[in-house]
Amino acid sequence: MSVVPTEFPAGRRFGDRIGDRVLYGLTAAAGLGAVALIIGIAYKVFDGSSLAFSKFGFGFIVDEVWNPVKNQFGALDLIWGTAVTSFIAILFAAPLAIGIALYLTELAPRVLRDAIGALVEMLAAIPSVILGLWGILVLGPFMQHDLEPFLKSFLGWLPIFSGDTNANGGKGILTASIILTIMAVPIIASVARELFASVPADLKDGARALGATRWEVVRGVVLHATRPGLAAAVILGLGRALGEAIAVTQVIGSVTQIPNSLFGTGDTLASRIAAQYQGYGSNLQASSLFYLAAILLVFSLVVNFGAQLIVRRFEFQNTGGS
Amino acid sequence: MSGDTILNVAPIEIAQSRERRPVTAARETVFDIRNLSVSYGKTPAVKDVSFEIYRNMVTAIIGPSGCGKSTFIRTLNRMNDLVPSAKVEGDVLYHGQDLYASRVDPVQVRRKIGMVFQRPNPFPKSIFDNVAWGLRVLGMKDNLKDRVQHALEQAALWDDVRHRLKKSALGLSGGQQQRLCIARALAVEPEVLLMDEPASSLDPIATSRIEDLMHTLKRDYTIVIVTHNMQQAARVADLTAFFSLDVLPDGARTGLLVEYDATEKIFTQPSDKRTEDYVTGRFG
Repeated sequence: MSVVPTEFPAGRRFGDRIGDRVLYGLTAAAGLGAVALIIGIAYKVFDGSSLAFSKFGFGFIVDEVWNPVKNQFGALDLIWGTAVTSFIAILFAAPLAIGIALYLTELAPRVLRDAIGALVEMLAAIPSVILGLWGILVLGPFMQHDLEPFLKSFLGWLPIFSGDTNANGGKGILTASIILTIMAVPIIASVARELFASVPADLKDGARALGATRWEVVRGVVLHATRPGLAAAVILGLGRALGEAIAVTQVIGSVTQIPNSLFGTGDTLASRIAAQYQGYGSNLQASSLFYLAAILLVFSLVVNFGAQLIVRRFEFQNTGGS
Repeated sequence: MSGDTILNVAPIEIAQSRERRPVTAARETVFDIRNLSVSYGKTPAVKDVSFEIYRNMVTAIIGPSGCGKSTFIRTLNRMNDLVPSAKVEGDVLYHGQDLYASRVDPVQVRRKIGMVFQRPNPFPKSIFDNVAWGLRVLGMKDNLKDRVQHALEQAALWDDVRHRLKKSALGLSGGQQQRLCIARALAVEPEVLLMDEPASSLDPIATSRIEDLMHTLKRDYTIVIVTHNMQQAARVADLTAFFSLDVLPDGARTGLLVEYDATEKIFTQPSDKRTEDYVTGRFG
């Protein structure tokens, strides 16, 4: 019996190879481009801050002064403002967003699910400058006349709610925190929603078959199985809050101080950079703004890295490890 | 009689050596199913099923795909409640009490009537916590360790896992995971164990362990098992219900109960032609 040699049509192979090479080239370029971009940005930021760093050193981080006239710069107030506004925003946004996601995946009637889900995600589509404008025109006055006096009358014995509610026209740390909450909610909610929807029906059935109530199924199975993802979602929201500039600038009051209450004005790293980069008066001020950017970058990287660690630890627990 | 043909075509071994309960002896009815019909929206799934399930026996539900076996077994502990379009008509009496009466809490029903599913579905928790979870939820926290151990022993898993109770349940083999799910169901002390094709994703050795287990467990529990595997029904069940598909006048297909009898009878002397065709491998 003679063996018929198999022939492959050469043209077709050639064409495929071209496609392969182009695909490989384009995707590799995109991937490497992203890496180069990150490195380039980080380099520029650190390079730009070198003048301020040589003048102030690490003392910049713990110095409260920000005085362009005297060429004195420090980041402490801004770090404080960033940390506090982001912390409060996440404190409100995380439970709210997880609640929304649970309602939409587990409890809401089918008709409402898609409608409300789409609306919540549209929150994320509102440009932050519009949210900031709303913050100035609507939220600010509401804070000044309603919420802040209310908080003060009930919780005024707490130092954080003891400040003057009329001084800043509703601008301040708390108002900025609420704006950031509104921005973080849709991000956390949409990730959490995907997570909850991905919990296998098998698992929920297993819990229900043991006589667990809806709440027990949610707590014991749905929330338990999605913990790592939820942690990552919350940190994603935190990243948004840390980095938001414009809307915060609009409502925080942009004052370099650590206020004695949440009703007081302040500023954040991102907001300060956005507000002053156009009109800096000296090279040292510009360099100090770069220094702020470097601090913010490190913050964000640490937060992201922390998120990845959390996710990995939980994943390990959930899939076989010890 | 067509008994000869059956043996010629598909000799299904009925394990005579096993302890098989004499089905004619005095028996206590656990489920009394009367004219039960289930539909999803306008699609009927099961129509007009009536039969009784007895205490401390293994009752197998067999039949071709799509005959409503799973739908049926899920009505016995109200798992279908979670499917919004599912509609249940007729009565499911459990010790004489209608499970679908308005004052009955489905959560309480599921407490008494446990279930094991087609695919092992352990929680992504430790082996111990898998069994302890139901106990904690239901407030059965006294002697937690003893209860967990007892449940694992009942499910013939204790010796496999006693030294790694803190390890993740997901590290167990498929068969061990399924036995863990059985232990989890038994821990909360149900009266009935519903098993929806519990061995369909397991290898033959794991399957035979689950089957052995059923013989032991029926001393204490009433077991209802859905299986697509006739040999399995023949090996484990005292009584077998054969479901089949019926074409309604409007062309819709629905499951119905064709025959219900002692397992031996179903496999050797079925009284209905459709049962005979099915158990001998001649479908349709």
